[in-house]
Amino acid sequence: MSTFRRQGEHCVATFAADEVRVLRKVASEVVGLLTDGFDHSDPVVGRLFPDTYPEDPEESAEFRRYTEGDLKTGKIDQAGAVLAALPPATGGEVRLDGEAAEAWLRALNDARLAMGVRLDISADTDLGDELDDAVLHDPTSTRVFQLSVYAYLGYLQESLLRALIVDH
Amino acid sequence: MGGMAAPQVAPVETPDTDEVPVTDRAWVTIVWDDPVNLMSYVTWVFQKLFGYSHEKAEKLMLDVHHKGKAVVSSGARERMEHDASRLHAYGLWATVERA
Repeated sequence: MSTFRRQGEHCVATFAADEVRVLRKVASEVVGLLTDGFDHSDPVVGRLFPDTYPEDPEESAEFRRYTEGDLKTGKIDQAGAVLAALPPATGGEVRLDGEAAEAWLRALNDARLAMGVRLDISADTDLGDELDDAVLHDPTSTRVFQLSVYAYLGYLQESLLRALIVDH
Repeated sequence: MGGMAAPQVAPVETPDTDEVPVTDRAWVTIVWDDPVNLMSYVTWVFQKLFGYSHEKAEKLMLDVHHKGKAVVSSGARERMEHDASRLHAYGLWATVERA
């Protein structure tokens, strides 16, 4: 697994082909979710666009009318920043300036939130146990793959954050 | 106000507190605990968006984590809505309510 490190003003990592493929897939899925697939009844959309006034659906809807467009555009742009910085499918280097690194952090977070909802991650979830159970059940299952990707994205986000704030 | 007669001096200003409706002073932004967001990331977001010190941001993050929620800012309603929007852009689960 690749780790981000700091080089001057940049956060840099070298990705293998399978990492590029996974990141491209994950970021594209977020874009899909926010564009053609946008559906307020989808719990993932509910988590990415939470009600600002949970006790007052009318106030929440009113607030949403004014803010949702910008929020959605921002999330599409940050997923786009991941896609734009990815190396070719064969793998290679990713070099992010401060602004791009922050966009990546938000985009990785959105992707993890989306996967967290789909995988039913809760406060009690132990990712290692969860993955062991899934492997025992069926090592070739989609759940094993998804849990691995979820764990990988968390690792990557943490490493990028460390590289970004290293001199603070 | 009132009670002190000073007929020769016209009142030029009333204190701000009388001008600002109660609804513009008594709102808070709350961040709720979430099983996905990394603790380090949440701390960073609080520093980034509110200019809090690392110590203050980390304490707020731990409050969210241990108590289930924390008030991260307070003030006029419009400002709280702005804060909630910015927190949503970073993927934090934020709501606005009366203090």
